[in-house]
Amino acid sequence: MRRIWAALLLLGAAPAPGVRSDLLMATDAPKLADYGLFDAAGRPAPGVQPYTLNTPLFSDHAEKFRFAWLPPGTRAEYRASGALAFPVGTVLVKRFAFPADLRQPTKNLRAIETRLLIHRPAGWVALSYVEQDGGAVLKRAGVKVPVQFINKAGRAQAIDYAVPNQNQCKTCHQDGEAITPIGPTAGNLNGGHGTNQLMTWAASGRLTGLPAAGWPRLAKWDDAAEPIDARARAYLAVNCGHCHSRGGFASNSGLYLVPEETMPAHLGVLKRPVAAGRGSGGHEFSILPGQPEKSILLHRMTASEPGIMMPQFGRALAHDEGVDLIRKWIAAMPGPAGAAPAAAAAP
Amino acid sequence: MRTALLIAALLGGSSLAQAKMIHVGPGGNAQEKLQTALIEAQPGDTVHIAAGRYALADGLSLDVDGVTVKGDGPDKTILDFTAQKVAGEGLLITSDNVVVRDLGIENAAGNGVKSKGSDGIALVNLRVEWTGGPKSTNGAYGLYPVSSKNVLIDRSVVKGASDAGIYVGQSQNIIVRNSRAEMNVAGIEIENSYDADVVGNTATNNAGGILVFDLPDLPQQGGRNVKLVNNQVIDNNHVNFAAPGNIVAGVPSGTGIMVMANANVMVTGNHVMGNNGSAVMVVAYTQAFTDKAYNPLPRAVAIAGNHFMNNGKSPSFAGGKEIAAAVGGTLPPVMWDGVTRYNVPGGGEKSADGGIASDAPGITLNLGLQGTPAAQARPAPLAATRLTADRAAIVLPAALEARAK
Repeated sequence: MRRIWAALLLLGAAPAPGVRSDLLMATDAPKLADYGLFDAAGRPAPGVQPYTLNTPLFSDHAEKFRFAWLPPGTRAEYRASGALAFPVGTVLVKRFAFPADLRQPTKNLRAIETRLLIHRPAGWVALSYVEQDGGAVLKRAGVKVPVQFINKAGRAQAIDYAVPNQNQCKTCHQDGEAITPIGPTAGNLNGGHGTNQLMTWAASGRLTGLPAAGWPRLAKWDDAAEPIDARARAYLAVNCGHCHSRGGFASNSGLYLVPEETMPAHLGVLKRPVAAGRGSGGHEFSILPGQPEKSILLHRMTASEPGIMMPQFGRALAHDEGVDLIRKWIAAMPGPAGAAPAAAAAP
Repeated sequence: MRTALLIAALLGGSSLAQAKMIHVGPGGNAQEKLQTALIEAQPGDTVHIAAGRYALADGLSLDVDGVTVKGDGPDKTILDFTAQKVAGEGLLITSDNVVVRDLGIENAAGNGVKSKGSDGIALVNLRVEWTGGPKSTNGAYGLYPVSSKNVLIDRSVVKGASDAGIYVGQSQNIIVRNSRAEMNVAGIEIENSYDADVVGNTATNNAGGILVFDLPDLPQQGGRNVKLVNNQVIDNNHVNFAAPGNIVAGVPSGTGIMVMANANVMVTGNHVMGNNGSAVMVVAYTQAFTDKAYNPLPRAVAIAGNHFMNNGKSPSFAGGKEIAAAVGGTLPPVMWDGVTRYNVPGGGEKSADGGIASDAPGITLNLGLQGTPAAQARPAPLAATRLTADRAAIVLPAALEARAK
């Protein structure tokens, strides 16, 4: 029986199994239940702490529930950029579920998979556990899960939801040769429901080194009250910046969409494609200021065909609201005189 | 892997003795079987993919050092990506000291085989093909090592890529040899790379045969030390079917060899025949750029001892026919744009160091400053110069060569 654990998150802590840190450090358990991170009803074990991000990765409209577990007595160290420095023993957990109707995202959730990033002495390890009758089981090679839901327009939609294989996990989570967490950066944790998460974590002893002030903050991509530039940069950072960084899988592209990037050419402004192939869509620049429909970036976000679409995996659908945000951002960008630099016509 | 080999050597090879052969055969569930084998392989193992056709809806990937992936032959073991729904390439390699050999890769949605960040990658006796013929909707690159070093491409065939059949980008210590590229936009392209030998290949019926390029705004640039030797560069007159916007979309159909913005390039011993445009074109990067570190000029390009025949009859690039007419109807084998200076973004002008030397007839367009339109060309004969300097061949790690035999 598939458990509907998501709705139970806010219930009080019932007797729960302890986290099996010995197993987490030593083995890739065949069943998620072996690790004791959640009880049979899906409630997190003591110390498995939920958290939220200001701007999450788009995953075909899946609802995602995030948890962090740090070994007792350990704490993460503050970092102004990149993920916080989590101690060995840490487990970051992300559970994916689809609501029956996207217009009621908290109701009738169907659990699909639970991804773990485990910080072992030799480095981070990425594992995915896919829900089956009898509980979630480890799938290293990835799997397609047929998912149906009513979309935001009220129409029935069916997708082949793709659970990533172990190598695909690393493709996104790589920094140089190492695997690294992506989501829990200081900037993306700087918020949360109620009390600020950074403060909560520091107060509870999970976070050390938090400066008194001056924390970076990633905007909420869907908060219309925030400036569009901050929203767009947050969206691109989270949805693209994990690969499009100097240490990421797309380092060779020269397109860097991390929050810290300031060079217009590396942000895509009037940047010509390198290895886009037909992904260019016939356009000359990643971003042509003022002209989203002539910008490769938007073209590849809109596409859902492999070889063209970006990100390359992690979605089957285009994210209409995200595309709309980036379209507006590019449209509002002031262009240089004459928009594009004059292209000389030597042979 | 290097450490593993060292330990193996110290132990008299005992750890390599444990290397195993993982067999995968055709039949249902090909995706999961193959991907599982590629994940579970240990350094030193061989993943053997038995003859048959494997229908794949997702890309495959390997992230384990020291693995050999081996089929039963490029026409026998076929990875068929016709129904691919996910991923940017057919097979992706992200580990070191990997050999992929004796396989066919068909109709990948994006690139055929890509290596990213590999130290030691050998792609041997592969066939990468888009079976519907040349189309702009085909994948970009057939064989695509990027940000890699110690790269070998040997005895492979690529047909139908909508960008370059064989493309080595931002890499170093490279040999591309005894391979064949046809019906691609570019046959073979070495881009933003250092220390490459392109030897004994055939590039035919592409829009452009062999390209040596350098582009701005990339982590590795300053392409240099590339030698094209003993290649057959024949009848590269295919219509250019690249998607506009890509650099190769600007390569004129009919180009044999094109060198752009690279230093220390030697073109020697090649048979360059039947290309309707330039047999050898040497140019600066033509577009505007903002990268202060980028040098858009070709420098120290030597063209010597090649066999040219029947090229230059009907150049397709802008102004080409007029230039050909001005020099008697047919372009001479070598054409240089004559760009020798450029404006550094933010201020200052720089000049090329090291000229263009050719022992075959050539012309220069005398464009002078980078960015000058071709309409302002002042064609003049290029003084023939005989060059004798050569350099040693690129050498790859012996262990990698041995596994690629």
